[in-house]
Parts: sequence; C-alpha cells; structure tokens
Amino acid sequence: MNSSKLYNAFFAAGISLILACLMIGVKLDTDSTVLTVKGATTEQWMWILTGISVVFLSQLFSTQIDALFGAIPKPNIQKILPEERKMAALKPWLIAAVIVVMLIWPFMVSRGTVDLATLTLIYIMLGLGLNIVVGLAGLLDLGFVAFYAVGAYTYALLSQYFGMSFWACLPISAALAASFGFLLGFPVLRLRGDYLAIVTLGFGEIIRILLNNWTSLTGGPNGISGIAKPTLFGLEFNRKAKEEGASTFHEYFGMDYSSSYKVIFLYLVAVLLVICVIYLINRLMRMPIGRAWEALREDEIACRSLGLNRTIIKLSAFTIGASTAGFAGCFFAARQGFISPESFVFIESAIILAIVVLGGMGSQMGIIFAAIIMTILPELAREFSEYRMLLFGLLMVVMMRWRPQGLIPMKRPNLELKQQ
Amino acid sequence: MSQLLLDVNGLTMRFGGLVAVNGVNLKVKNRQIVSVIGPNGAGKTTVFNCLSGFYIPTEGSVMLKSEQIAGLKDYQISRKGLVRTFQHVRLFQKMTVIENMLVAQHRHLNTNLFSGLLKTPNYRRLEKDAMEHAAHWLKEVGLLEYANREAGNLAYGQQRRLEIARCMVTQPELLMLDEPAAGLNPNETKELDELIIKLRDEHEISILLIEHDMSLVMGISDHIYVIAQGTPLANGTAEQIKGNPDVIKAYLGEE
Repeated sequence: MNSSKLYNAFFAAGISLILACLMIGVKLDTDSTVLTVKGATTEQWMWILTGISVVFLSQLFSTQIDALFGAIPKPNIQKILPEERKMAALKPWLIAAVIVVMLIWPFMVSRGTVDLATLTLIYIMLGLGLNIVVGLAGLLDLGFVAFYAVGAYTYALLSQYFGMSFWACLPISAALAASFGFLLGFPVLRLRGDYLAIVTLGFGEIIRILLNNWTSLTGGPNGISGIAKPTLFGLEFNRKAKEEGASTFHEYFGMDYSSSYKVIFLYLVAVLLVICVIYLINRLMRMPIGRAWEALREDEIACRSLGLNRTIIKLSAFTIGASTAGFAGCFFAARQGFISPESFVFIESAIILAIVVLGGMGSQMGIIFAAIIMTILPELAREFSEYRMLLFGLLMVVMMRWRPQGLIPMKRPNLELKQQ
Repeated sequence: MSQLLLDVNGLTMRFGGLVAVNGVNLKVKNRQIVSVIGPNGAGKTTVFNCLSGFYIPTEGSVMLKSEQIAGLKDYQISRKGLVRTFQHVRLFQKMTVIENMLVAQHRHLNTNLFSGLLKTPNYRRLEKDAMEHAAHWLKEVGLLEYANREAGNLAYGQQRRLEIARCMVTQPELLMLDEPAAGLNPNETKELDELIIKLRDEHEISILLIEHDMSLVMGISDHIYVIAQGTPLANGTAEQIKGNPDVIKAYLGEE
C-alpha cells in the first residue's frame, strides 16, 4: 500500500464529507416566518460517517476490490445464445413471438402497467429517431425535444382549431417536424460537434419559450387541454360520443363501457407506430443513405472525395430524425389529452440522449432496452423520487465506466459476397 | 490515345499573404502515370487539394477533358471522374471493408428513397450490381477474403490498398494518389508499383502521383513534375529529372 493510495483515500473521503455535510448535514427549515438552519440528527450523522468510511476504505483497497471482482467469471453471452446461423433462422419466429406477446399481454395486466408501457413505447420512438441523428450520423443534437414539441403541438392545435382527427394529423405532424428539422439543419449543419450541440440546445429552448409566450395561439403555460383521442375507424373510446350520430366503441360492439379499452387501444396504436418506425429505420440503415450517414460520421473528408454531398446527407439524417420525433409527439399529445410547454423541457432531450448512449449508439435493440430501463426504473423507484436524478447520474457513470459501447453495441451487417 | 485529360495552367493558391502554390502547370494525358515530386512543404498536397476541390484555387485554370473544374465543389469534381486518396489513410474505420466499397458507389446506388424502403426489384438489382462491382475490385487488390472485416482492423498496407480500391469503384478517369507508398515495406511498395501499372494498362485510367519514394517514382512515371517552394522547378521524363542540376540542388541544397 503506497502513500498515493492513502492520499487518494483521504482526498475522496474529504470530498464526500464536504458534500454530505452540505447536502444532508444542514437543513433549512421555516420556523413560523423565519428560516432557521438545523443540524442533522444523530442517526443521519451515523449514516454520513458510515458512507465516508466506505468511500475511504474502497479507495484504500481499490486494487484488492478490483481483483475480487475480476475473479467473478463474467457470463459469456456468446455461449448462451445459439449459433449465428441458427439465430438467423430463428429471427422471424422470434420477432413474431415478441409481437404476439406484446399484443396479448395488455389484456392481462393492470391499467397503470399498460399506460406505463405506452409511455415506454413513446420513448422508444424518440430514442430511435435521435439514434439516426446522433448514433448514425454523429451529429450531437441537444434540442431533440423541440421536434417532439412541434409534433405534439401540431396535432393539439389542428385538433383544437380544425377538429382534425389523430390519423390525419399523424403524417402532418411528422411532415411539419421534418420541415422544422430541415429549416434548422440548413444553416447549422456546417457546424461541427460542440458548436452544433450548442445551436441545437438553443433551438430547443427557442421552441419551448415560443410555445410558452405565444399565448394567443398555444395557450402559453396553461397548455392545450381536451385533445381528442385516436379513434378506431371513427369509433370513439369515450363513454358518450362527442358528436351527434357518431357511435362509440363499446356501443358498436355491444359491450359494457370500460375505461381500460381506451388505454389498451392507445397502447396498441403505440405498438403499431413503433413497429412501423423500427421497420422503416431498419431499412434506412441498410440502404445507401444509411451507410452514407455512418460514413459521414467516420470521415467527412473521405466522403467528400468520393462524391458524397455532405449537406444533403446530414440534412436527410436531421430531417428523418425530426420526423420520427414529430410522429412520437403527435401520439404523445393524443395520449395525454393535455400538453403544455412543461412537457418539452431540456431534461427530456437529455433523457432521450441518455437512452441512445446507454443503449449503444446506432444499435436499435440497445435503444429499445435502454428506453425500457429508463422509463421503468424511475417508476419502480417511486419512493426515491427525490433522488431520481441522483440514481440517473449514477447509472450513467457506472455504464460509461464499464460499458462505454452501450448495453447492446451496434453489430455490423454481415454482407454475403459471391466468391468470384 | 494521347488525348489531354487534365490540363492545369498557372495554378496559384494564396493563404492570406502566403503563396503556397505559384503558377503550377500540369498536363496529364490519357493512360499516363504522372508524378509530382518536391521537397517537404513544397506545396504538392496543396496542388492536390486545389485539383480535387478541397481548396478553391486563387488563380489559374483546371481543365478536365476540356471542361473547367476550378471552383466546383469537391463532390462535383469527384463525380466528374477525378478521385483522390489521402496522405494519411482515410477509411471509414468502424465500417466493414465491403461497406466502405458500397459507400463509394453511393451515387450509382442511391436512386430513390422509396424503392429502397420497399425493396423493389430494380433496387435489388442495383444493389446486387454494386456488390459484384465491389467484390471485383476487392479481388483486384487482394482483399476479397477480408470483405466483412472492420476496415480499421486491417493491416496498414491493406488499408492503403482498400483506399485505392474504394476510389476505383467510383469509376474514375484520373486517380490521384497522395504518397501511396508512405509507411509501406519494400515488398508492399513493389506490389503497389505493380498495381499502379496494372491500373494504367488494364483499366486504362491515368494516375497522378505524389510520392517520396524515388525508386517508385522513377520506375513507373511517364512524366515527372518537380515543385519547390510552391513554384514549378522542372519537368520531364525520369532520365531528364535525374540529371537536372536544379532538382538536385533543391533536394540536397547548395554545395
């Protein structure tokens, strides 16, 4: 044990002590009208001291601890999974099975669970959209939520002012979000890396502030409420039909009214949308345009020398990513029935980005898993809701330390060549 | 056969007050290997950057098949049949060898977004052609067995060859190689030498070469241009250049 270890341990313990004292050790409390500073209870101090000694010891014996963890054999995923060729044969069956399970499952669980699953599906859509921009094309976009907001408000406003239906608004939302992506992309895609990140961050805020302040159109901070839910070929899922002559789902099929039909229907719509998005993006990734996105991320100069027009390629990535977000936004507005600028703050962009990074840049499977984890974990950890962001940060640090390539790293397609 | 493919006149490139290239003239005929040599920092790569559109030359004309290309965008120039490699290998490292080859054929392959999404027969045929074309060139440079390897994991010499193959699938008429032999061992240099000659003789393209390896340059060049400090110093056949006192002075310094 050398002295630098000891120094490190003391340093880490000291930092923890300072942080813990500031965050847990002292508390501001209102005593009728005056604020008073209160010290922590003895029990809390015990916890703080235990925590600090754990930090101290773990730093001091870090080598030994690492060795201990190294000794635990890691599960070999390659061995567990069947061979590659068998996998390829199994794949369509596996996909079919997953879809069937996804369709049957909501009828067996509670309303809340289905609702949570719907939210997860929205994040999957958003993650897949951002994956095109960040994971494939390598353009760091910190304002992705702006396109999500555009999609949501497009549907909310069209439904409110013109009474348009969800299904008609879905393509319009996607198209409008795409054109916002195009308009933003055109001037800023010359910028690289950090600069692009800042500009997109600004764009995200502009959209939010605009929605907040354009009270006459968007209702400002009060948002828009009473947005119509999607219908099944014109059948509503309300207790009573809103319009004269229209019938509702339960009346049409002669069933008793149940509010869970609506939830399950929304879930099924989300499943449908996610399957569409996955299929489309999967095709795009294997098409020349998908390869061009990746090539541009790898080496822009080489792309230019090979006759690829980088502006068009970057714009297409930006636009298609944005349209996916518009899609998700439209559905989000329909599901919530109420939207306000509060739903489109920067932290949403950060969460979507976290999904992409945690899942593994460019990997669709990874992003689906990450989206599930990122939406379900906070729900499971409801009691810790105050520490949610803390857990979030911890998860990120741990992931980036041990698995920087993401949960399921992107696999390169194996292209069969005819031997000549 | 000896038609003029590339005709560069009075090419000048200034960066602020610095004159990097000053009045360079170059002529490349069909099926010719032309080399540009000169001491380090002479402006050879700047000439390449001007020709390939990475820089827009301050003055001078660049005619490709009697068509002015100076001032065009880089991707437009490469679509006209003038493609280059780089001094430091620039591959798409994380993509496989075959994907690298397919990206280069983007322009031939990228017809219609919807035909690709729907996998129409026309799209499938185009993709199959592109794969075959890529396989053909990989075989030509001896990389066919590595087709599904990540490009960044190839040995250095193989990466160099892949870069040339990647240029060739774009079906260029003039291939510009920027120090292709840098970092290669003598054996690999010899293979490169044979490859370049094969490209000229069998595939009937012209090659413009920047190189420091004098044995390679002198052995294969039909014509050699010497540049020193941005200005043309001499040009001629290998024999003429070897005996030119100015060239020797520029390389070895005054006595």
